[in-house]
Amino acid sequence: MRDILAYLKPHAGRMTLGFVIKFIGTIMDLFLPWILAYLIDEVVPLRSVPLILLWGGAMVVCSVIALVGNIVANRMASRVARDTTESIRHDLYKKTAYLSARQMDWFTVPSLESRLTSDTYNVHQMIGMMQRLGVRAPILLLGGVLVTLTLEPVLTLVLVSTLPLIGIVVYLVSKKGIPMYTKLQQAVDSMVRTVRENVSGIRVIKALSKSEYEKQRFTKVNRDVVARDTKAGITMAVTNPVMNLFLNLGLTLVVIVGAFRVNAGVSQPGKIIAFMTYFIIILNAMLMVTRMFVMVSKGSASAGRISEVLNAGEDLSIQPLPQVGKAHVEFQNVSFAYHKSETVTGISFSLKQGETLGIIGATGSGKSTIINLLMRLYDVNKGRVLIGGRDVKSIPSEELHRMFGVVFQNDYLMADTIAANIDFGRNLPREQIEAAASAAQASEFIDSLADGYDHMLTAKGTNLSGGQKQRLLIARALAGKPSILILDDSSSALDYRTDLKLRQAIREEYAGTTTVIVAQRVSSIKHANHILVLEDGRIIGSGTHEELMDSCGIYQEISRSQMGGEGLA
Amino acid sequence: MHNPSKSAPKVPQEGAKKPRFKKQVLIRLWGYLYRHKWMVFAALFLTIISNLFALLGPYLSGKAIDAIGLGTGKVRFDIVFFYCGLMAAFYAASAALSYVLSVLMIKLSQKVIFRMRKDLFDKLSSLPVGYFDTHQTGDIISRMSYDIDTVNASLSNDLLQIATSAITVLGSLGMMVLISPVLVLVFAVTIPISIVLTKYMTGRVKPLFRRRSAMLGELNGFVEETVSGQKTVKAYHQEDTFVKRFDEKNRQAVDAYYDADYYGSMVGPSVNFVNNLSLALISVFGAMMYLFGGLTIGNLSSFVQYSRKFSGPINEMANIISELQSACAAAERVFRLIDEEPEPADTPGAITLTDVQGDVQVEHVSFGYLPGKTILHDLTLHAKPGSMVAIVGPTGAGKTTLINLLMRFYDPDKGVIAVDGSPALTLTRDSLRRAYAMVLQDTWLFHGTVFENLAYGKEGATIEEVSAAAKAARVHTFIQGLPQGYDTVLGEDGVSISQGQKQLLTIARAMLLDANMLILDEATSNVDTRTEKEIQSAMRDLMKDKTCFVIAHRLSTIQNADMILVVMNGEVVEQGTHGELLQKGGVYAGLYRSQFQ
Repeated sequence: MRDILAYLKPHAGRMTLGFVIKFIGTIMDLFLPWILAYLIDEVVPLRSVPLILLWGGAMVVCSVIALVGNIVANRMASRVARDTTESIRHDLYKKTAYLSARQMDWFTVPSLESRLTSDTYNVHQMIGMMQRLGVRAPILLLGGVLVTLTLEPVLTLVLVSTLPLIGIVVYLVSKKGIPMYTKLQQAVDSMVRTVRENVSGIRVIKALSKSEYEKQRFTKVNRDVVARDTKAGITMAVTNPVMNLFLNLGLTLVVIVGAFRVNAGVSQPGKIIAFMTYFIIILNAMLMVTRMFVMVSKGSASAGRISEVLNAGEDLSIQPLPQVGKAHVEFQNVSFAYHKSETVTGISFSLKQGETLGIIGATGSGKSTIINLLMRLYDVNKGRVLIGGRDVKSIPSEELHRMFGVVFQNDYLMADTIAANIDFGRNLPREQIEAAASAAQASEFIDSLADGYDHMLTAKGTNLSGGQKQRLLIARALAGKPSILILDDSSSALDYRTDLKLRQAIREEYAGTTTVIVAQRVSSIKHANHILVLEDGRIIGSGTHEELMDSCGIYQEISRSQMGGEGLA
Repeated sequence: MHNPSKSAPKVPQEGAKKPRFKKQVLIRLWGYLYRHKWMVFAALFLTIISNLFALLGPYLSGKAIDAIGLGTGKVRFDIVFFYCGLMAAFYAASAALSYVLSVLMIKLSQKVIFRMRKDLFDKLSSLPVGYFDTHQTGDIISRMSYDIDTVNASLSNDLLQIATSAITVLGSLGMMVLISPVLVLVFAVTIPISIVLTKYMTGRVKPLFRRRSAMLGELNGFVEETVSGQKTVKAYHQEDTFVKRFDEKNRQAVDAYYDADYYGSMVGPSVNFVNNLSLALISVFGAMMYLFGGLTIGNLSSFVQYSRKFSGPINEMANIISELQSACAAAERVFRLIDEEPEPADTPGAITLTDVQGDVQVEHVSFGYLPGKTILHDLTLHAKPGSMVAIVGPTGAGKTTLINLLMRFYDPDKGVIAVDGSPALTLTRDSLRRAYAMVLQDTWLFHGTVFENLAYGKEGATIEEVSAAAKAARVHTFIQGLPQGYDTVLGEDGVSISQGQKQLLTIARAMLLDANMLILDEATSNVDTRTEKEIQSAMRDLMKDKTCFVIAHRLSTIQNADMILVVMNGEVVEQGTHGELLQKGGVYAGLYRSQFQ
């Protein structure tokens, strides 16, 4: 919560001005009854119509000031809320974009999404509300208390003595309530996740006729959200009646104490009546405070979830490390574990500029992990990953990631034009984009589209076939003329002929590029300078295709099964 | 986790059917409330009672003050204590009542919200697959969470406010008429002003609130899209580019919020102004009337007090209206989605497909996702029971489209697909789909245990059956290595699964189904060939006696198909067995040879 409030600081000037304007506007509202009383008590007995009109005019003036003041102040408050929310969201998104892979695993995508959307929305509402009611309520409250103090200090103290009790109630309820809102947001997270799963798995769900089951699953999370929302709401709802009760009981006490004081001749009944009138104002102010309080509880639960992300530490720091060797890409005895058990163990290889590495191996043998480590999406547990002799830990991520062109498995296309998807925000020249598309064997299908490179894709590229998607992704990887090209099982949806043309094009047009290809097909990596055969995270064979055909039984087996051996889908 | 659909159109949505909606939204919201009419009535009843109690307080304190008013030394303490006791009792009762009322309202609104979410989700389940191919997930989620929340907030607060206000307004109006019908005429001037003002404002604000909801939906869509692609963004070091794009969406969203606020925040003070104006008018005219003997000073004082009471809720009403506006805009988006056209119902008298033989006939089928853009042209094929049909061809040739048609995710524009001799259109979708087991390249696993994921297609599957399937699919060892074995929750911290392992899990899931037909769309594309070979015998068991449709790029995996269809540009250009096609020396032979180059 404190982190979030810090965002208000730059707006302190504007907020203060807004407060002052709001203050003036609110005071005008308090003036009106006072003028009225004056009009009746002092002016009317003079029996002067012009004077009555004059004071009536004064009331109109006050009304206008109240109108203008309140509108201006409200707008200023809205503007502060807008600007604050904008920068909170900006920072949160930026932080999210820069979270390390490990941190992403920890927060999970759906949760980050709801923090970015519904939590920032709650905070937006809270900031707006706080400014609007936050001024009006205290002014009315303080104004009321001050006036009553001048009227009858003793009675005021009786009433004010209930305030600490109210404070305790507010404290206790909020102590219980805020964690409930945090829990509520967690339930909302899982609801959002269920909806996402249903959207992404709609084909499977329909194919298996599981709609009813999914409805039940949703009913469960829905019920959970409702139960937690109800619980939090009911807890927070305690404040309002209890506050009212305390104040009203205080008022009753005032009457009794007043009775004694009047009886003793130290007070007049008129004062008690006036006291009552101002009490209504105080009560109303307290009501506004409770409304604010619910809002703030909800908002601060969200604020907490936002700060949690904002305060996530710098995960992959840059360390100055000495230059080691000259190879373009080198792994030295690398071991890594996502969690407890090691995913890859003792991986070593070395590539010169322009060479190609092929990685093949069983499902789950750690192929993609090597890619993750090479790009420093995760840090190794043991050993070193070197690029041009520099440890990846010593290369600033900006410089590091600019070296790569990469296609991950099931990589991501966005709802934008084909050109924008290849360019991917890098502002590359058009020729470079078209050259990359042509090398990636994508130009043929792009040219066949009526609007060519300006063809709009739907989200996730759902209006393309699997092979078309892969071609675009490869074009994206090539377009930046990377010094290291990584293709993680990204030609699986290409037919052999296209795959072959693709490899030829890369060889010819991107000759200086060091390439790492993860593949299932031997034909995709057969011509690589080095081939690693992985099993259970270890290298069980390495060398060229010919060498491995001699030395590595498993490689032979894979190769034979694909080159004409029989198999099933 | 994407949808493997092809060439689905970006359908222009919403917008076309706007004006009629306005009234309907309120009527439909009322429909949700009406389901719980007893709770609504109870709430109204409690509101009236607690308001009466609230009115009793000042009355009782007045009595007590009267007893004090006798002056120094003459205060009647017995009366004071009596009325103070009553006051305390009524205040306590009123507090209890108002708590009960709040709880009631929370429960009521939560019931309504539960129902709305359920209706929305039920609709999602019934929508055709094409809808999800063309709509942003984030926007759908935004409707489910933000929009429904907005409706909720408005329901639980505003409803009571409206009731309370109505009672107060009516009560004080009555009192004012009693005191001075002439002075009430002042309101004949000011009330129309506030009505016109409110109407004008709400007219302006309504589209702004609608925009606010839409912009937030768009922001959510963007967040959904890019946060899931974070790894790629990072790999290309384009974080800042995306932050910039986000900033744009963010600005639009907060601006839309601000615009709604900008006008919204005028409503309250403006109406307040009109009220202050009427106070000034009452003061002036009242004072004049008093001067010329038409009104006593006491009357004037009470009239003013009632006029304050009268205008208070009206002022509040303006705020409520702006909140209701935002709730309506949100509800509208929810109802729009609920009103989407569901998958057309099964034809009347549709037959349930039973005892599936697996005879599939595709006759002269043409299909395109967009009108005028045909993907499949006049496709004809016949798969005999138990045969294996392989579909090969360059990407984008319409292979997956055929699967979409077989599963009736889409229906053909022309031609007929018949299963066991009955046209698919005359069969219930459920039974038709259940007749197929399907493994897709894009695997789908959900947040649940491994066991739940594997047993997903077969209710009541035992752990033995599930682990047998997992063993056959060669993932048993992997599963046992997970922290909680078969009870490990997928997608939670501490579990990382490679793409290939996901495919093996989906294959194991398919193995548990007793469908007589099988669709494999690049089912093992991310599985290495050795593992693929290891699961071969299990796959053969899986495919045994079933009609199989197989899409694969590794031609080695389809060599023994009974029929290989080579599809290019939506047409079957070659058809035959592996041997026949090789001999023919056409497209297939070329593809096959390219493997060894």
